[in-house]
Amino acid sequence: MSSALELFAQLTVNGIAVGAIYALVALGIVLIHKATEVLNFAHGDLLVLSAFSAWALIEGAGLPFWLVLPIVALGIGVVSYGIDAVIVRRIAGQPQFAGVMLTIALAFMLRGLVMMGFGTDSQSYDTPWSGQSTTVLGVTIADLSLVIMGVVFVIAALLWVFFRKTRLGVAMQAASQNQLAAHLNGVRVKRLNSLVWALAGVTAAIAGMFLAPVTLVDTALWLITLKALAAIVLGGFGSLPGAVLGGVLIGLIEQYAGVYLPDGFKDIAAYLVLIAVLILKPNGLLGDAHGRRV
Amino acid sequence: MRFDYHTRYRQGFALLRHPSDWLAYGLLAVVLLALPFFASTYLIGELGYVLILCIAAMGLMALTGFTGQVSLGHASFVAIGAYAHAWLLAQGVPFVLALPLAGVISAEAGLVVGIPAIRVSGLYLAMVTLAFSIVVEQVIGMWRGVTGGFMGMLVETPRIFGVSVGAPKYFYYVCLFVAVLVLLALANLMRSGIGRAFTGVRDSEAAAYALGIEVKRVKVGAFGLSAGITGLAGALMAHHIGYLTPDAFTLLLSLDLVLMVVIGGMGSLRGAILGAVLISFLPKGVALLKSALPDAMARQSGLEIFVAGLVLALFVLFEPMGLNGRWLKLRALFESFPLYRRDTFRRQKTYMKSERSR
Repeated sequence: MSSALELFAQLTVNGIAVGAIYALVALGIVLIHKATEVLNFAHGDLLVLSAFSAWALIEGAGLPFWLVLPIVALGIGVVSYGIDAVIVRRIAGQPQFAGVMLTIALAFMLRGLVMMGFGTDSQSYDTPWSGQSTTVLGVTIADLSLVIMGVVFVIAALLWVFFRKTRLGVAMQAASQNQLAAHLNGVRVKRLNSLVWALAGVTAAIAGMFLAPVTLVDTALWLITLKALAAIVLGGFGSLPGAVLGGVLIGLIEQYAGVYLPDGFKDIAAYLVLIAVLILKPNGLLGDAHGRRV
Repeated sequence: MRFDYHTRYRQGFALLRHPSDWLAYGLLAVVLLALPFFASTYLIGELGYVLILCIAAMGLMALTGFTGQVSLGHASFVAIGAYAHAWLLAQGVPFVLALPLAGVISAEAGLVVGIPAIRVSGLYLAMVTLAFSIVVEQVIGMWRGVTGGFMGMLVETPRIFGVSVGAPKYFYYVCLFVAVLVLLALANLMRSGIGRAFTGVRDSEAAAYALGIEVKRVKVGAFGLSAGITGLAGALMAHHIGYLTPDAFTLLLSLDLVLMVVIGGMGSLRGAILGAVLISFLPKGVALLKSALPDAMARQSGLEIFVAGLVLALFVLFEPMGLNGRWLKLRALFESFPLYRRDTFRRQKTYMKSERSR
């Protein structure tokens, strides 16, 4: 294989690995937005909270990664359920902007709590796959990246089955399409919305625990929310498969931009894509077109 | 109780309708003008900064509060105004000319962002502006020839007709002058046809369109106006900071501006000013709070951001009309003292309305 092709393959693999994380974060945001029409800006801070909790349990308490994963995922799920049940539920019926402001406020509070509870220093912890890599056809892949891709794929598949095949999932779909109609049919909309928040919290926790060993455990991790927004917009707002596709594409675009475009483009590529998509094709790749209603 | 009896037609438009308003605002003006003679240099510097933030908040209010267009990236216009001003000064343009020119340059940038505003609304617009501000931050960092890149850029001392006004005391008056000018301009604009068109577009695009308002033009125009005013604030801020680097204009500044507008109360200039004052004094309040806390807690650094979030959350949940709404309620209480009814301001119960297919 020529070196140019090898580089391209390497970039593609890296891009998919990074994109898988974006996809997972995007999935969580889309879940909540579909159910409650709240764009959750606090999602990234749930992720930060999970990363710091995992660090405290692994490095501080010395627990193995496999034990910490479910504990933190469940814990963040409960926190997330509580956030909706106690706080976010109160603003139902107010304009969308109120939801944006409230989740930004929650993001600030969560970040402040994390900084107060765990300190502001960057931390790191190891997973069972850290430092190992596999070489396939001249392309080197970190084992952790492989695991991340696998985890994201499994979660996406589980969510698909959940929303298609289970009673709860179908009820969630119904509530997200028309809350009043679902309520009249005996769906407990409020509790379902909180459950969706919990579900999204679990995905955020898993994303956080797998992202932190790749980068660092740091409060700046919340910035991934912005990348995930780009992924959501690219995939089509409100579409779960779109979120996954968008996440992977944004990951790829970033990797390619870092090598094939001039210096500095890597950091803003995702945002340029976001602007371009919203102006040229606001429905994204997989979004359903909505008519404009007066 | 006080009753409004208008005996002349033009009384209906007056900015200050009652003798008591004249008294209150007159007193405020006297206090603001006299402050530099009494307060310390540090305090005056800080107050100048608060005035700059007031200007920026009024700029954002013109867009978000009056026209209903959410922007999460107004720091970019502050940055464009600041860099344009600093660059113009470095080219030898006098301060009195560079300041309005910086506003104009920023307004043009606003028009460029405003054009997509025609196509997207609500959350999507918030995301476009957010992305724009991140892109601007990076571009400023990379464009070394003009902006000095990440190394930064020195801002020259402001001079008006050869006299230096760099000292906090004099610069405070410059800020006060610009702030009052912007306030009067916006207050008058909002009483004119253009201002009514802004409010119309905010409350119902379809109705505004049916009444013959050119919705697209109004939206883009509002963006330009808002960006221009925010750019003016940026130009003044350049002098306050003294040395410009891209990380002075991050997402956090944008969010701070949005915080001011929301906490102050949507759709009122008084709200923008009250919000700017509250948000800029919040860190000082937290610092005071810290000195009262035990040492271990006082050294933590997350308290400021936590308190900012808490204040915002409480306002969104319990007083969506912001400080201005609280002020109006208090005033109604005093004006109609024995007859005040709380239900006047009771919020109607609303059900979840989808904004998905707007």
